[in-house]
Amino acid sequence: MMVFFALLHRELRLAGRQKFDVTLPLAVAVLILLLFPLSLGPEPDLLRRLAPAALWIAALLGALLGLDRLFHSDFDDGSLDQLILSGLPLPLLVLGKSLGHWLLTSLPMTAVTLLMGIFLNLPGTAFLPLALAMILGGASLTLLGTTIMALTLGARRGGALTGLLLLPLTLPIAIFGAGTVTAALSDLPTRPPLLVLGGIFLGCLAICPFLAAIALREALD
Amino acid sequence: MGLNAESLGCRRGNRVLFTELSFSLGAGDLLVLRGTNGSGKTSLLRLLTGLSRPAAGRILWNGITITQDLETYFRQLHYLGHLDGLKSAFTARENLHYSAHLRGTIADASALNHFNVASLENMPIRLLSAGQRRRIALARLLASPAPLWLLDEPSAALDHDGVALLHQTLTDHCRNGGIAVIASHDSIAHPLAKVLEINSLRSAAS
Repeated sequence: MMVFFALLHRELRLAGRQKFDVTLPLAVAVLILLLFPLSLGPEPDLLRRLAPAALWIAALLGALLGLDRLFHSDFDDGSLDQLILSGLPLPLLVLGKSLGHWLLTSLPMTAVTLLMGIFLNLPGTAFLPLALAMILGGASLTLLGTTIMALTLGARRGGALTGLLLLPLTLPIAIFGAGTVTAALSDLPTRPPLLVLGGIFLGCLAICPFLAAIALREALD
Repeated sequence: MGLNAESLGCRRGNRVLFTELSFSLGAGDLLVLRGTNGSGKTSLLRLLTGLSRPAAGRILWNGITITQDLETYFRQLHYLGHLDGLKSAFTARENLHYSAHLRGTIADASALNHFNVASLENMPIRLLSAGQRRRIALARLLASPAPLWLLDEPSAALDHDGVALLHQTLTDHCRNGGIAVIASHDSIAHPLAKVLEINSLRSAAS
């Protein structure tokens, strides 16, 4: 367990040194979201209706850019070998990496979308459902992203491949994530889509670390 | 304590690098792998780390096949590949700290001193030369103890002084009952070394 926290500590400190890697996804999400009101014009009702979709698209695209730092830099400088040779079981290693990434990218992304919700004229009642959906959806997205990054580790042009492989997998998250906010906007219960998001998260948690572990093993073979 | 390789075979793509490679090492043994570029020295070392799996044969550590409990085996060894495995954003001290911490131990601070890089401990790795980085990567071997060292061209980028230190360290390691397998082109004859020519094995097999 101590080794798991050592890994997490390493991830957090490393991100503290490479702040650009962490802020880039957030900056991209903010820029995408700024495009909506600027290109659609000042129409509060239209913005409000588009807000759920816009927030999720921005969060997904932003998150895509942050995934690169998961394994690739460790792979390139040989520290991935060292991490694996530390003797931490691979699924736990993947989980540690995912948790670090979630804390550093996904959680701040939730904060960013909440802030930008104000900008898109989101009503006050929609903020709590948005936050919950982003936390759950972001966690699933991180786990899926970790798996895809592990799978594309040996591939050339892995970056382009990541988007192509990951975005279709994130469709359910986007649908139910945006669905939660849309439901809140039209005063429908937000519980059902949130429960689905929770289910997706549990499914990812059960499968992704093991899948990614197999992929890592293959990539280093 | 011992490391045994039993009729190992290795294949990269559809090219067979070596077959029926066997050796047996006990406490205090130092095995030097020699061979031309592409003969499979690095591949053999990676097989021995357990990171990649042999196409044939098996590797035993203390009489037990390593694949039975890879995680425990990993903690018995230090591997230094072509890449130093150092994070360029971290200082030398931080690299050593996390390296040891991830193995569940505390880094021995005198390790940097041993390779004469103690003065660099607070410098980010990205500001250091290739030779300095290699010295810090080598210091990792001493920062947390492990009986088995697997080193791939450990003297690459090192100056004369560095190579001498490396050889001294290897001698000490083996004298203390450790085992080391190194791939090296160094001509300096090591008093304890056994030499394994990978080329000859391949031609003998084919």
